[in-house]
Amino acid sequence: MLKSFTKVAGALALTTAMVMPAAAAELSGTLRIISDMSNPAPRAIMEGLAADFDAMHPNLTVEVDVVDREAWKSQIRNALTANPPDVVNWYAANRMGPYVKAGLFEDISDMYAGGDLPGLDSVKGAMTLDDKQWGVPYTYYQWGIYYREDIFKELGLTEPATFDEEIANCAKIVESGRKCYTIGSKFLWTAGGWFDYMNMRTNGFDFHMQLARGEVSWTDDRVRETFANWRKLIDMGAFIDDHQTYSWQEALPFMVKGEAAAYLMGNFVVPHLRDAGLTDEQIDFYQFPLIADVPMGEDAPTDTFHIASGAQNKEAARAFLQFVTSPDVQTKINAGAGLGQLPVNAAASVDDDEFLNQGFEMLSNNATGGIAQFFDRDFPAEMAALGMEGLQEFMVFPDNLDDILARLESSRQRIYK
Amino acid sequence: MADMSHTWMRRNRMTITPLLFLLPGMLFFAAYVIIPIFQSFNISLYEWDGLGEATFVGLRNYEELATDRAFEISLWNNVKWLLLYLLAIPAGLFIALFLNQTVTGIRLYKSLFFFPFVISQVVVGLVFSWFYLPNDGLFDIISGWFGIDVRGGVLGNPNTATYGIIAAGLWPQTAYCMILYLTGLNAVDPEQVEAGRLDGAKGWRMLWHVILPQLRPATFIAFVVTIIGALRSFDLISIMTNGGPFGSTRVLSFYMFEKALSEYGFRMGYGSAIAVVLFFIMLFFIAYFLWSMYRDERAARR
Repeated sequence: MLKSFTKVAGALALTTAMVMPAAAAELSGTLRIISDMSNPAPRAIMEGLAADFDAMHPNLTVEVDVVDREAWKSQIRNALTANPPDVVNWYAANRMGPYVKAGLFEDISDMYAGGDLPGLDSVKGAMTLDDKQWGVPYTYYQWGIYYREDIFKELGLTEPATFDEEIANCAKIVESGRKCYTIGSKFLWTAGGWFDYMNMRTNGFDFHMQLARGEVSWTDDRVRETFANWRKLIDMGAFIDDHQTYSWQEALPFMVKGEAAAYLMGNFVVPHLRDAGLTDEQIDFYQFPLIADVPMGEDAPTDTFHIASGAQNKEAARAFLQFVTSPDVQTKINAGAGLGQLPVNAAASVDDDEFLNQGFEMLSNNATGGIAQFFDRDFPAEMAALGMEGLQEFMVFPDNLDDILARLESSRQRIYK
Repeated sequence: MADMSHTWMRRNRMTITPLLFLLPGMLFFAAYVIIPIFQSFNISLYEWDGLGEATFVGLRNYEELATDRAFEISLWNNVKWLLLYLLAIPAGLFIALFLNQTVTGIRLYKSLFFFPFVISQVVVGLVFSWFYLPNDGLFDIISGWFGIDVRGGVLGNPNTATYGIIAAGLWPQTAYCMILYLTGLNAVDPEQVEAGRLDGAKGWRMLWHVILPQLRPATFIAFVVTIIGALRSFDLISIMTNGGPFGSTRVLSFYMFEKALSEYGFRMGYGSAIAVVLFFIMLFFIAYFLWSMYRDERAARR
C-alpha cells in the first residue's frame, strides 16, 4: 500500500517538475555577466540593467563583473576559455572573428530568425559572420567632425560640404594661428578613423571593405590617392604638432582651449567636451565632407553583448539579450543621462540631444554608402595593428609613404591566406 | 635489534634530509618554470592563435624573425637597455658612499633615496611621462633654459624616446643598488681601512684598492639584478610609450606581448619564438652568474 502510494507520489512530483518550467518559464540559478563598461556613466547603466533584470526574475541572481575597457580587449580570451561567464561585452563585425572561429561565441541566429529580437533587422548585418548571427548590439554612435562653433563664427566660416570648402576653411583657421584638427595618435586608432573617412570619401565604401578583406593591394593607385588627399591636410599644418605623444583624451585640451578648431571623433567625445567647460553653443557637428562623387559611407561602431558558448545558464542569457534590446530598455539606456548614444532597436526613440539627433539623421538618411565598423574592427586584428602603425607614421613622416605601403602590402600577403 | 637503528634512512640521513626539504621547491620549480620553458620551445614551432587549432610550421617563425624590422629594433633596444642600465651600479655606489655618514637625520635621507624603488613601476612610468610632456613637462621647460628643444618631446621623438625611458628606469634601479651598497659598506672591515690609511691611501685609491674589493658580493648581486632587470623591462615601455613612437622603443619582452597576448596579437607561435630568443640571451648571462657563484663556493669550501 505504502509502496504504491510512494510510487504515485513520485510520479506526481515528477510530472509537476516537468510541467512547471514549460508553464512559467521561470529563470533560475545565476546569470554571470562580464562587462567592459568601465567608464562612470556606462557603468551605472550596466549595473542598473543587471539590477532591473534581477528584480524581474525573483529566482534568478544576476552577477555583474565590470572590467576595465582597455584591459578587457586582452582579457576576453582568458575569460571565454577558462570558466566562461554567461554574457560578455564585445564589438561587432570582423572583431568577432577570432572568437567565432574558435567556437567561443554562441550562435543565436535562431533568435533572429524566430522573431525573438524584433526591431533589429537593420543592424543584423553587423552581427553576421558566415551567414550566422553571434550576438546582439546594444548601442552605436556616429563619427564625424565636432567643431568649435564659436571659432567658426569668429572667422566667418560655415560647415563645409565638399573637400575644397574644408581646405578653404582650414586655410583660414591656420592663418588665424590655430590648428584645424586636434588628434591624439599615441594609441594609434584615431589615425585609423582619419584613414577610414579619407578612403571612404576618396574611393567609396565598397572599395574600403575590399581593402579590409584583403582583396586589394595596398600599393594600388586608389590607395595612393587616398593618402594624397590626406597629405594635402597634413602639408598645410592642419593637425596639431607632436600628436603621437598624446592619447585622445590628452588631445582634448587643445580644442577646449581653442588652439584647435575641430576633432574627428565619435559621439562619446561630447560629454568630455561638456565636462571640460564648453557649452552646447560652442560645440557643433558636421558630417565629413564629400571628396569624390561616391555615396558617403560612415563609421558607426557598435558595442555588443554575446553569449559564451561555454555558458552555464544559456536560457537566462538569451532572456537577458532580449531584455537589453527591447525598445523601452534601449530608449532608457541610450538616453543622454545614460550612454548618450543611439539605440539599435528601430522602435526605440532617440534622446532629444542636439548631437544624437544630428547623428541619427546622418546615419539614417545621409549614409548612403554604408556603415563601417571602424578600422580596427573591419580589418583583421594583425592587419589592423600594422595598418594603424603605418598610418601614424604617415601622419608624422608623410615622405615615408612608399616604404609604409610596401610594408603593409607584404603583411597583407602573409595575413590573408 | 641493533640493526634497526641503522636503517638505510638513518645511514643516509645527511644526504636525504636536505633533498627532502628541497623536493617541494624543486617540484614547483619544475612545474612552473622548467616545463613551461620547454612548452614555449614547442609552441614556437607552431602557428597558433591561442584559441583554436595549432598548425605545425617548423622553423618558419624564426625565419620570419630574421627579416622582421621590428625584431631588429627590439634587439638593439635591449642592447641599449643592457648597457645603459649598468649605470645604476656606479650611481648607486656613489650615493651609498655619500650617505654612509653619521649625521642626524641620515636615516630619513636614506629612506627618501630608497623611496623610488618601493613605488610601483607603473607610477614611475606615469610620473616620468608627465615629466617629459612636450611644452608643458618639466623636462621641456628646463631644457628650454639651456636652449635645447627636442622635436616632438622626448617620448615623441623616435631618436630620444628609448633613452628617456631608460632614464626613468634608472631612478628606481639606482635606489636598489644604493641599498645593496649601503649594506655592504656596513660590513667593511674598519681595521683594513685603518691599515690602508697608515699606508697613505686616500680618497680614490682607498676606494679602489681597499673598499671595493670588500664590496664584491654586493657588486655581484647588483650586476645580476640590474642585468636581469634590463632584459625584463616591460612596465615602463608599456606605460610610457606603448612601444611607440613608430615602434622605436620596443624591447623583446614587449614585442612578444604585442604579438601573442595583446589586443591585436593572436600569434602565439611567433610570440613564443621571440620569447625563446630572449631566453637564450638571458641564459648566457645566467649561466655566467651561476658559474661564477659555483666557482666562488668551491673556493670557499677549500
